[in-house]
This record gives sequence, structure tokens and C-alpha cells, in this order.
Amino acid sequence: MAATRIDCDIHPAVGGTRTTLLPYLDDHWKEQVVSRAIDGLDLTSYPPNMPLSGRPDWRPVQGKPGSDLAMVQRGAFDQLGASHAICNVLYGAQAVYDPYMASAFCKAINDWIAAEWLSKDERLRASIVVPMQAPDLAIEEIERRADDHRFVSILVLSQGETLLGRRHFWPVYQAAEKYKLPLAIHAGSQYRFAPSSIGWPSYRYEYYFVEAQAFQAQILSLIYEGVFGKFPGLKVVLMESGVSWLPAFMWRANKTWRGVRVEVPWVEREPASIIRDHVRVTMQPFDAPPDATGVADVIDQIGSDKMSCLRRIIRIGSSTATTPSRRICRNPSSRACAPTIRWRRFRG
Amino acid sequence: MARHIVARTTDIPPGGNKVVGIDGRDIVVFHVNGEFFALLNRCPHEGAPLDKAACVARLTSPEPGVYQRSRVGELLRCAWHGWEFDMRNGQSWFDPKRVKVRSYPVAVESGEELQKGPYVAETFPVHIEDSYVIVET
Amino acid sequence: MSDVIDRPTLEQEASAKTRLRIIDCDIHPSLHSRADLNPFLPKRWQDHLKTYGDHLRTPYIGTTPYPRSSPLIARRDAWPPTGGPPGSDLAFMRKQHLDPLEIEFGVLQVLDLFIFSQQNLEFGAAIQRAMNEWQLANWCSREPRLKASILAGQDDTALAIAEIERCAKSGQYVQINVSPRANEPLGRRRYWPIYERAQELGMPLGIHVGGYGGHAPTGGGWPSYYCEEHQSNAHTMAAQLASLVIEGILERFPKLKIVFIEGGFGWIASAMWRMDRHFERFRSEVPHLKRRPSEYVREHFWFTTQPIDEPDEGRHLRSLIEWVGVDRLLFSSDYPHWDFDDPRFAFKTPLTDAERAKIFNANARALYKL
Repeated sequence: MAATRIDCDIHPAVGGTRTTLLPYLDDHWKEQVVSRAIDGLDLTSYPPNMPLSGRPDWRPVQGKPGSDLAMVQRGAFDQLGASHAICNVLYGAQAVYDPYMASAFCKAINDWIAAEWLSKDERLRASIVVPMQAPDLAIEEIERRADDHRFVSILVLSQGETLLGRRHFWPVYQAAEKYKLPLAIHAGSQYRFAPSSIGWPSYRYEYYFVEAQAFQAQILSLIYEGVFGKFPGLKVVLMESGVSWLPAFMWRANKTWRGVRVEVPWVEREPASIIRDHVRVTMQPFDAPPDATGVADVIDQIGSDKMSCLRRIIRIGSSTATTPSRRICRNPSSRACAPTIRWRRFRG
Repeated sequence: MARHIVARTTDIPPGGNKVVGIDGRDIVVFHVNGEFFALLNRCPHEGAPLDKAACVARLTSPEPGVYQRSRVGELLRCAWHGWEFDMRNGQSWFDPKRVKVRSYPVAVESGEELQKGPYVAETFPVHIEDSYVIVET
Repeated sequence: MSDVIDRPTLEQEASAKTRLRIIDCDIHPSLHSRADLNPFLPKRWQDHLKTYGDHLRTPYIGTTPYPRSSPLIARRDAWPPTGGPPGSDLAFMRKQHLDPLEIEFGVLQVLDLFIFSQQNLEFGAAIQRAMNEWQLANWCSREPRLKASILAGQDDTALAIAEIERCAKSGQYVQINVSPRANEPLGRRRYWPIYERAQELGMPLGIHVGGYGGHAPTGGGWPSYYCEEHQSNAHTMAAQLASLVIEGILERFPKLKIVFIEGGFGWIASAMWRMDRHFERFRSEVPHLKRRPSEYVREHFWFTTQPIDEPDEGRHLRSLIEWVGVDRLLFSSDYPHWDFDDPRFAFKTPLTDAERAKIFNANARALYKL
């Protein structure tokens, strides 16, 4: 187990709806996509040429970063030594308004990933991309993949149409719990709302910054709406959320809950305790303090021996060469070493 | 333990309270459903006066949207940050093992047997049958 | 686990010679009733207030769709015995707050009438002007310990600047307040003339949580509960910090000082780290930034301490204070609101005398030139 290193978040790129996904659409959607030129669903959150979207040495000569399987294999497995990697496709099927289109495109993405990635390399796994626009259709998609154990989680975006804790999503979590699939919340927006309460930012830099707050709001929603009480087996993984905001966030949640508990009496213990049991965080990008002592303090404050952080080696497309967690683990006396930051398999 | 007369039972209406000073400390006495509870009038969090706390039901819930009420009026929501305390024993709701308000035993006794305290019992023969609230400190 | 907590921890019963007088950077005075504004409101706006009232981006005329956990968001013991809402009675404010806590100065933060959130911007400006006058007439002139803040809603920059200039002439205001929840993020270009003026006048910008800007409190939509909405105030402040820094406000207005009020301070360290960590990656998008974001924060921003963070271990609070820097912190109570911080008991970690002097007095004294 000590040798198992899982890259929890790689991003195979869909070249296009009319290209990559076309073979996986039924006749109706094929005709719609071609005759209406429905394409270009790259998310505003991740323009392909932005430095964040692709490390220079992992950009293929042609095509988007993450579109070349061989390059991804070299990066994740050969260069960085992962034993497994989880594919999270961020092509925006989740963001169209038409729920049936969303459902068809999500299915196509999942079919494509299974056929052209998972089947080509047994080290690869994937998240199920689901249309949260229509929770019943999302459940259908989950059930379609439930027996395929290469699908290891359910992917949703951090900024959707309604907060994730809301009642109408509960049947999705029931399915997730039933099939032991964690909910993977990945940074990204459906752009139904300004990315934060202050309005629309000028820069992508600002947008990316406030993703941290969006994740926090989602956790609060899941907690206060009682999702973890109703579905005690549900686990949530935050992808590209950042980490260092966790302690102050947990303390503030505890503080509020202690005084306003009467609003949500089904929340029977303090939010920080619920977070430590149900929420996992990927380490990259680690919005870390600049010094190792600060990093150790943050991890201490999170209560990392109680809360496993999935160790994410490197994101395909990230421009950093190493993660701070790797630097920490060069220091054997650090509390943040391998035993406390480890991968736990949620399935199988 | 010293026993102090703090009020007549009729002085404190149901749902009400009275604050008395005993040995330099403020103690608040609540009357709930015919019973009397006495607590140090100071929240252990940041010192708020508990005599202004809201007296509420114990609120539990088995699942979202279901509200179970019990022991109506016996829980205090502190006047400042809303922390809930059980009047009977001073324990906080969210961390009963660690956080509590100091509570004091309360007895309701008839007037004849008692020492004089900060509340001086009036000795009108016509009130001999009155009940006095006594606090032991 | 530590012992049973049955008394306020770390009581600071300083002896007379070391007793520190406190500057409280967040006190909320209240109107007794809306009619209190009439002396300061032209008749046209008095009539408008009576006829049309508030016009806010929220479903209700009279209340918030996220009901608070206590009436009027207040401490239950803060209702004046003479009547009127919490914060409306100066005598009671003195008796309950200013005197016993030895407040040397209190900085007023007006929230009544959703001053910055009125969609009718002219009406909003009239209300702000009236409140600015009311602060002086009903509070500061009667109580020299209290200091006023200019309310200048940014969504009409011309009206805001006119009001800033009018008030600044009097020399009686210590800062210029704008809203953290308006049409656009604070860093946006349309608001820059206000910052230019603030810099020219040498007055800090004060930003107090709250308001109905018309945007959902989160990027993922509307929460169901006050528990969530209350915490979203801290998120708002973090987003505004990023906006002001990343848009280059402090590069463009290098003398500007900015105070964040009632956002707490626990989130700041991570915000600085996060901005710094992504700076290299996004650098080509923001060539106007000449320095690392955290440097701007450490030079130009101050943060009031309430609501103070309450980690289980005092040393973690200590870390938060050190990470943001003792020089950046300004004590605030938020009197008379429910999540009030008592200066004697709120800091559950030891502070040196020098640190206490800075946080509870010297930092605010220097910033507000008291």
C-alpha cells in the first residue's frame, strides 16, 4: 500500500462534440450536433491556452492539453510515478440548460472515457460525469455505470444551479451511497451565478481565487441541509479546491452552529467533526504558506491525522513541478509525512 | 453549604426569573413549570448575563424538516451567542462534558425554618403559609 | 480534554495602572424610528420613504429572507429599558457598553435602512446623506467618544463623491464607507474615482459586511439557512480582498488604506497564500501588478477582529494572529449585535501587553488619526 500513489485528478480533454463524442451519440443527437453545429463546450473556467490548463511540456503539438493518451500516460505514470490515475472530464456537458442534451452528452463522455481511455490502460479510473440539471437522469447515468468498477466517483462542478445540499439532489446521494461512490466536486462553474456574492470579476485570477469560497459554501450546504446525516456512507472529495482555508473555515462553521443550531437541529454534531469524517481534499494546488513550519501548522490545524487528504501527485496541466506535500515528506520527522496523508480506496 | 432565601415563589412567575447577589456573585433563579433552577448569571463563553437568555424547548431532530420538542422552557439560549444550556444542570447542549454553567441546588421550603438571607423574609403572620424559594450556596 | 469550562476563560482583570482603554471599531447606532431621519431628509424624500419605502433586491419589504437567530440581530440584553431598538439609546449605550468597557473611542457603522442597497440610487444617496448628518447630530456631537463614518454608496460614483467631499469638509468623519455587496466587485474600474478621492483626502476606506447587491451569496446559488448566509459574509470579504488587490487598486492608489469590518480575520492568511501561490501562473493576465498580492495586503489593509475565531486550541488563534500580523488588527465589538465580542473575554489566547496595546488601541488610533 505504501507504494500505491494515486493521481486523483487528471483531465482527458474532449477534442470536440462533433469529433470526439460523435460516435457515442445516438442518431438524434448526432443529427442535432452536426446540423446545428453544437460544439465547443470547453468551460469558461478552463480555457485551454491558459497556463493553469496545461503545463508547457504536457501540451501536445496539436490539440488540447490532455487530449493525447500517450502523453498523459507518460506524465502521470512514468514521470510522476503514480500507480493509478482518475480521469475527470471537464468538458461542459454539465453546463448546458437542456437536461436531455446534458444527459446525452454526459453519457457520451462516459462511454468515450470507458472505450478510449479506461480500456486502453488498466491503471486508469474515471469519475462518472452526470447531468445535475435533472437529478433523475443523473441517477440513470450512475446506475448505467454502477457495475463498471473502473468508475470510482461521481463528478459535479463546484458552482452549479443550486447548492449541492438541497433536497432535490438527495436521490443522487442515495445512489452514490448505495454504490459506494464518493461525490467528487471539482472546481468549475456552470455560470448560473456570479462566482461570488460580489459580482462578476474582471480576471480569471480572481475567479480562480473565489473557487475556494464556492467549495466552502458547498460543504456548508451539504452539512446544514443534513445530507451527511441522511447518507452517513457518503463521502465527498474536493478537487482543486485548495486546502489551507480549511481550518478557519471549520472553526467559523463550528462557531456559527453552536449559536444558531436551532435552525438546523438535525445537525447533531459540530461541522468540523462532520467534515473530518466525510470530506476529503486533494492537495494540489496547495495554497500553502511559504514555509514548511506554516504548512505543518495548517495540517495540524486541519487535524490531518483524523482527516485523510488524498495525496495528489500532480495535475496534468499544472505548472508546478512538485507539490509541497512531496517536499514535506522529504523530512521524515514531519507530521505531514506519508502515513498521515494517504490514499484510501473508497471502492472495491 | 449555606442556604439563602432569595425570593417568594410568587415573586417569580412561570417562565420568568430573578437575579440575586449572593457572596458577590450574581445568581439567576428561573421558574419553569412549577420548578425552580438557579445558575450563575454568567455564560462561560464570554460572560453574558443569562437572565436575558431565551427560555426555549429542547430541540432535537431525527432528520431534516422534523422538529422534536421536549422540556419546553428548560433550555436557555444565551442572550449573546445563542449557546444552549440545560437549566437543570448547566450543561451546554453542544458539548455537555466540557462546557457548562455553574448551577446551584434549589429548594422550595416554607418560611419558618429558614435563616435570613439577602432577601429578608417578612414575618407577617398572615403570610405564614407562603412558600419561600431558598438557594443553597 | 481540558477541564470543565464554567467561567469565561482568560479573564483579563488588569490592575488600574495597566488598564487599557479600548478603541472599538464597530458600533452600530440605530434609528429609534424612521421619523428620526426627517430633520435631515428633504420633504421629497420623506414622502418617498413613506410611500415607497425600501426598494431592495430581496423578496421582503420588512425583513430578510434569512431570519436571524435573535430579534433585530441583537443581543437580548441590549434592548434599552426606555424603549426603542438596540443601539438607539445613547444613554443606555454609555451605560451598557462605553463606560463599563472603558471605550476610549467607538467608530460608528450605520446599517439602518439598507443604506447601500437601495436600487433607487438617488434615494439611496439621500438616505446616506441624512444618516451622515444624523450620526453627527444625534451621536458624535453628544458623545465625543463616538466617531462617524461617511456613507457613500459606490453604485453612483458621482453622488458618492459629492457626499464624500461634503462630509470631508467638516473634518468630523474618520473614514469613507462603501458596500461589499454592490453591483460590481470593489476593484472594478467604475469605482476608481471614489478611491482616488479617498486617497487625496487621506481617509481610509471602510467596508462593513452586509448588503443586498443582487448577487447570490455563493457562486453555487442561494443557501437555505442563516447558518450558511452568516458565514458567507466572510466569503464576501475574501472575494473583495482579491478584487481590490488583483485589479491593482493599491498599485494605482498607493496611499490608499482599507479597513474590512466585521469579516473576522481567520480567513486572511489562506487568502494571502492562495493569491501568492497563483500569482506566477496568472501573471500574464495581470501585468499591472508589480508586487506579490500579500505585500499589498500587509501594507494597505486592516481588519477588525470580530467575529473572532474560536479554534479549540488557543495556540491556533495565536497562529492566525501572527500570520495576518498584529499590526493589521483592530479590535471591534459589533455592539449591540448577538455575535458581539467582549474585549475582556474574546481573545482566548494570551497576548503580550504590547500586542494588546496595538490591537485594542494603537493601530486604530494611528489609522483613524484619533
